[in-house]
Amino acid sequence: MNIGPTIKVAFRALRRNRVRSALTSLGIIIGTAAVIAVLSVGQGAAVMIQSQIGSMGSNLLLIFPGSMNNGGVRSGSGGQQSLTVADGETIARECPNIVALSPLIRTGNQVVYGNNNWSTSIQGVTPAFSRVRNWNASSGDYFTEADVRTGARVCLVGATIVTQLFLDENPVGQSIRIRNIPFRVIGVLEPKGTAAWGQDQDDTIVMPWTTVRRVLQHSPFSNVNNLMVSVASADDIATATRTISAILRQSHRLQEGSDDDFTITDMAEIAKTITSVSSLMTLLLSVIASISLLVGGIGIMNIMLVSVTERTREIGIRMAVGARQHDIMLQFLVEALALSLLGGLIGAGLGALAANVVSRVNHWPVLVSVQSIGLALFFSSVIGVFFGFYPAWRAARLNPIDCLRHE
Amino acid sequence: MVIDIQHIRKVYHVGEVDVTALDDVSLSVERGDFVAIMGASGSGKSTLLNILGCLDRPSSGSYRLDDIEVSGMSPDQLANVRSRKLGFIFQNFNLLSRTSALENVELPLLYGKPTGHAARHRKALAMLERVELASRVHHFPGQLSGGQQQRVAIARALVNEPAVILADEPTGNLDSRSSSEIMKLFQEVNAQGLTIIMVTHETDVAGFARRTLQMRDGRFI
Ligand SMILES: Nc1ncnc2c1ncn2[C@@H]1O[C@H](COP(=O)(O)OP(=O)(O)OP(=O)(O)O)[C@@H](O)[C@H]1O
Ligand SMILES: [Mg+2]
Repeated sequence: MNIGPTIKVAFRALRRNRVRSALTSLGIIIGTAAVIAVLSVGQGAAVMIQSQIGSMGSNLLLIFPGSMNNGGVRSGSGGQQSLTVADGETIARECPNIVALSPLIRTGNQVVYGNNNWSTSIQGVTPAFSRVRNWNASSGDYFTEADVRTGARVCLVGATIVTQLFLDENPVGQSIRIRNIPFRVIGVLEPKGTAAWGQDQDDTIVMPWTTVRRVLQHSPFSNVNNLMVSVASADDIATATRTISAILRQSHRLQEGSDDDFTITDMAEIAKTITSVSSLMTLLLSVIASISLLVGGIGIMNIMLVSVTERTREIGIRMAVGARQHDIMLQFLVEALALSLLGGLIGAGLGALAANVVSRVNHWPVLVSVQSIGLALFFSSVIGVFFGFYPAWRAARLNPIDCLRHE
Repeated sequence: MVIDIQHIRKVYHVGEVDVTALDDVSLSVERGDFVAIMGASGSGKSTLLNILGCLDRPSSGSYRLDDIEVSGMSPDQLANVRSRKLGFIFQNFNLLSRTSALENVELPLLYGKPTGHAARHRKALAMLERVELASRVHHFPGQLSGGQQQRVAIARALVNEPAVILADEPTGNLDSRSSSEIMKLFQEVNAQGLTIIMVTHETDVAGFARRTLQMRDGRFI
């Protein structure tokens, strides 16, 4: 039998039961939409995390004071004396695979410019910070080692500060006040965007660590929130971690067998963990979405069985005028396929739409890929054929005379 | 000999009981014959006709159609035989509802020798003209009278140019005027060489046939 009339008959049968067809497709629509949305958001998240790894700075090690093993209790920032700027200098001197190292002392304050004020985080670092975090000044310049030595009242501001505090006027050369102390803005940091953990990285001010300690905190100590180390290559990370650990244990005079009083974190490792967690989530949600697709398929099978029973007489008439088993089979398979493919198409559209809404609302990159749409359509067709097969086979196997006698 | 059945038996198993609907029936029909089969209700006429029409299989016996043994054929082979050689007409017309007269007549062409859409259309139209329904081609069965519906069914049975027409009480649901119209149509196509085997309860309808056979309790008498 020609495929043209078969398709025509299938669509006529579906149109005859519009509501029923729509409800039957609903399972497939929801399933496909969910699969597309989940895959798109998941792929978007993967892309975002990849770019985060880059923006964090390559081959970054973070050294925190306090041990992971001391019961998980770590006193607040500044309370720990175990890690100091001097430790950083020792590491920079003695560890061979290090490219750059900067201490980080973090504080938060109200910042005033003219009549505007803004509350932001302040990071005290050395010029090596630029190298470590892969974070250059988009205009102006970083401060120098000399500024660090003297504790100069200079700073660089992030892109968010420019918009919020300076209302987009050029801040370089301007003076801002923190705790009523004037600071000269010498540069603007390149925009970095939102971090994987949701923090706006551009909402920050960077200045020499000495300035933070002495001018803002009036503190004689040089303990740090963490030390940021950039290692030459990914292959050197393991060696560097071991060397740094040895250096610190020695300079802290830790006894053999006692716990470390510091923790070294590999950022690439963390990024990898986040990626694997997010892809696991994507997988899990995809499985749930696929189950909906499966349930949709069962719905199609159910309705096709009903359809075969309802149209037994029609099957008999077709057989009486010469339809062979595969003609009847094809008829019902095409009908099931039309139901699922139509559902798949609508679902793919809705899924792509949902993914875009998610990206608009959450400012989250969403990737609706051709592959994921192709995959969803492929699966919905497979489901249509798979679940349509049994009803179609039952229809084809019927006896012509039994069909004609069917009431 | 277009139809030749020998010692056909048909036994239905209903629960524990065996019902013998056909009991050793033999029948030969020459090409161009017009046979009416009569007999009491339940005597096995429909059963015989369904077997002749390859819609049902005999329990035993041989059936040669156009000198080909069909009793052992597979369902698809039987479908091909129905498509090429047989036209069936039912008491209740058995048209596809919600499908126009034209499409009903086109239906056998879909399953027959592969033809284009235009050719199917042309053939079906010509056949509807042949049964004087040219003005009703786009009507649905529900919009046609009983006699008109049966004429659509006849057009459908004729459209594949079969060797044999099998009609089970074709006038059973029609008034006497429509009945004689249908019978005149049968006589016309029979005169052109088509073999017709028809079951009927009405003697005057049987009168249109060339010969009449009587059945009782699953046998010819
Ligand atoms: N599907 C079936 N299952 C069981 N018994 C059947 C079946 N079809 C027919 N019979 C039996 O076979 C016998 C012949 O039936 P058939 O329909 O051939 O009679 P008929 O001569 O066509 O009768 P009528 O003139 O009323 O149409 C009857 O006794 C009937 O009960
Ligand atoms: Mg009967």
